[in-house]
Amino acid sequence: MSRVHVTCTINGDPAEFLCDGGQTLLDALRDEVGLTGAKEGCGTGDCGACSIVMDGRLLCSCLALAPEADGAIISTVEGLAGGDDLHPLQQCFLEGAALQCGVCTPGFLVAAKALLDRNPDPTETEIRYGLAGNLCRCTGYDKIVRAVQAAAQTINES
Amino acid sequence: MTVTEPKPRYKYVGTRPVRHDGLEKVTGRARFAADLNMSGQLHGIVVRSPHAHARIVSVDTSEAEAMAGVKAVITGDDFPAVAPSDRNYDMCINVMARDKVFYEGHAVAAVAATTRDQARAAAAAVEVAYDVLPAVLTIDEALAPDAPVLHDHMLTAGADPPAEEPSNVSDITRFAAGDLDEGFAKADLVIEREFTTQPVHQGYIEPHACVADTGQDGQATIWCSSQGHFNVRSSTAAMLGWENTRVRVIPAEIGGGFGGKTTIYLEPLAVALSAKAGRPVKMVMSRDEVFRATGPAPGTKLRIKLGADSDGNLVAGDAYLIYSGGAYAGPGGLLGAMTVFESYKIPHFNIESLNVVVNTARSAAYRAPAAPLTAFAVETILDEIATELGIDPIDLRLRNAVTEGDPSTMGFPLARVGFEECLEAVRDHPHYAAPLGPNQGRGVAAGYWFNIGESSTATVNLNEDGTATVVTGSPDIGGSRASMALMAAEELGIDVYDIRPVVGDTESVGFTDTTEGSRATFATGMAVVEACRKMVVELRGRAAKMMGVDIDDVDWVDGQAVYTGSDGEKDPLPVAAICAKAKRTGGPLAATGSLEAHGAGPGFAVHVCDVEVDPETGVVRVVRYTASQDAGTAIHPSYVEGQIQGGVAQGIGWALNEEYIYDSDGVMENPSFLDYRVPVASDLPMIDAIIVEVPNPAHPYGVRGVGETGIVPPIPAMANAIHNATGCRLRDLPMSPIRVLDAITSNGGSNGS
Repeated sequence: MSRVHVTCTINGDPAEFLCDGGQTLLDALRDEVGLTGAKEGCGTGDCGACSIVMDGRLLCSCLALAPEADGAIISTVEGLAGGDDLHPLQQCFLEGAALQCGVCTPGFLVAAKALLDRNPDPTETEIRYGLAGNLCRCTGYDKIVRAVQAAAQTINES
Repeated sequence: MTVTEPKPRYKYVGTRPVRHDGLEKVTGRARFAADLNMSGQLHGIVVRSPHAHARIVSVDTSEAEAMAGVKAVITGDDFPAVAPSDRNYDMCINVMARDKVFYEGHAVAAVAATTRDQARAAAAAVEVAYDVLPAVLTIDEALAPDAPVLHDHMLTAGADPPAEEPSNVSDITRFAAGDLDEGFAKADLVIEREFTTQPVHQGYIEPHACVADTGQDGQATIWCSSQGHFNVRSSTAAMLGWENTRVRVIPAEIGGGFGGKTTIYLEPLAVALSAKAGRPVKMVMSRDEVFRATGPAPGTKLRIKLGADSDGNLVAGDAYLIYSGGAYAGPGGLLGAMTVFESYKIPHFNIESLNVVVNTARSAAYRAPAAPLTAFAVETILDEIATELGIDPIDLRLRNAVTEGDPSTMGFPLARVGFEECLEAVRDHPHYAAPLGPNQGRGVAAGYWFNIGESSTATVNLNEDGTATVVTGSPDIGGSRASMALMAAEELGIDVYDIRPVVGDTESVGFTDTTEGSRATFATGMAVVEACRKMVVELRGRAAKMMGVDIDDVDWVDGQAVYTGSDGEKDPLPVAAICAKAKRTGGPLAATGSLEAHGAGPGFAVHVCDVEVDPETGVVRVVRYTASQDAGTAIHPSYVEGQIQGGVAQGIGWALNEEYIYDSDGVMENPSFLDYRVPVASDLPMIDAIIVEVPNPAHPYGVRGVGETGIVPPIPAMANAIHNATGCRLRDLPMSPIRVLDAITSNGGSNGS
């Protein structure tokens, strides 16, 4: 079976890769592009560990086929920091101890960024529902919610 | 934070630095096992049984072996025979079935091919002929007189008289004290209740994964995610019939374990496939496989009777506990017996606890194994006693709480514990007296876990510039690298960010037991402190040489050598200055601490929660939660809070939603996070963690393990809160909307008995 050639933009840079028609976008990002920040926790869109943003929409990349990314603009956790500077969400997750094992953290950061992009000043409830597609089994979410609150404040004050 | 005893002032211990491995984890650079790829690697897939109980008649791999890209196929025949008397027997035949399969999902073969798709196709082409046997799925079925027997060799250990016929009861544990009849004769109130609970999964977000590379010299290297890479080494070697030295295990980052990664599933298969194919083999489980073939915590049937006098003093307790360990003997029975009455002074008690085998996945440890369920039973009966006698539930517990010197269930006296302090912390918290809204109720419960010590090794290497590397053998699940660095910083007087904490592989650090039993910060922390103290002696000696004085006249103060002799003034020598001259004073500065840690301080926790119950749907919503826990000394308070909060969230899921559901043939019906629903952020409130600090006298900084105790109280706290809101006692888990609604509508009384 011939492979599909995909051209897209990933974290601001032009990218291209070959993939199988039935390959998930998550597998293509991890295995063909070499970006392993997005994780497979379930493969069924239930845990959010593979969250990315494609063309402005938060997405479980395990639920998209890799050829769908042709022409798309994609952001992953690897693109969150700008050069030497961490994104405020990353900084607040670190300072607020909002990660334990850290395997869900990339997905939470991407989902939280998407949340703050559309709602810069969310309430606690809005944060909880905004992140309800992401599973964390370590933290009980308390410190994650607080870190997102702190990051929103940092962004809004800057 | 509640500080209950005066403690030394520390410069680093008790502070909240950013964890050293944090940056990698917020940038996506941290390397978990599934993120690793080796040159020329193959992909391995396990062939799993569709039947819960069957004899394997034949396994035909010829078609699979002939398929494109397939480089190796293995079955049980590729591993040495193992006898039931071998202590690794259960592990070995669980990782790869031999003549029988014992649960749906049991591995019967494995395939390695150049792509994952090819491996999947070849796995589907392995032809296994089964002689299907009747499956035993529940405790009642397992104990029925005519029940099919899973293991022909299983004679009940601890049976009296000794067992002569095989059965599905692997062992019986008994503890007793006093005279039960005499005890109950003194009781003014006796309450006896029965409880049932279902298996639940640890639910770590990272599925099991490994890469194995077996060379032509017969040496294997494994990169994997586990709670203990030394255990991966010894278990893998045992299953292959190899010496330990043929296997090197390099720990990847671990994406959660909670006990579920204290055993192994994939590694010997990957090594065997790699040996056969002559190439590295990567194996990653799907979530479906994780649910069907790994984990769960046991389901239980519990019957407990407690007697109290009219003042609320407990006088007698009788416990009959049955744990279903899945397909093989589990530790649940023993651990349940050790924890059921441990929190309270009960002069007369009897405990009998059984492990039963059924045709479901082999159970694994899950955070304070067995204790949340015995707490569910005891703590809800205590709530009934408090209500009956008109005593505040915290006062009732304070009246009966164990303190230093009280005998444990097994008879030895307890060291200093912080149970009373945890009770007082909750009683004095504003939450305890806050008003409740309509349809809301409040519940209190306590929990206990004994924690363990075991073996640990740590090496401290000082670098040429005066910074330090601390190497331990404890995989870091929830921030233990930060706690190691903090203790080392305190000992050496080096800034915590000038210390690099590293988890070494099986060939770069001494033997260290698995990260389990809440032991990492306690036991491995003790090894770090021991190594640092040896290093300080060495540094004083080197400084004495540089100063030309006697070592006894040199002290180590705040990261520098200070001359205390009477021969005039000498400039202090900071650690960097000593390191810079190391070549001239005796060579590299390295020190190792290795020990068998004793005195793991028991952990107590007391939780209070408020729930709101929708009377029309039975949906229970947690509206407020406060949890106190004795940490001894919190080395990094944020990660202590995190352990407490995480345990609470898991306990809430266990209480309200989570359960394994099987069809009548023993096929799991909910093997996904869609159908096996763990709590998400919108299900939970903030969780207020109160750290109580009653230092553990056996640890240099007073540490008690904190990883597990937090999951013990939530189930009874929720049950008691639901009762307070609805008047209904729920004694079967999970307390799902349908059960709650049934209880409300068939009530207003009790459900379950």
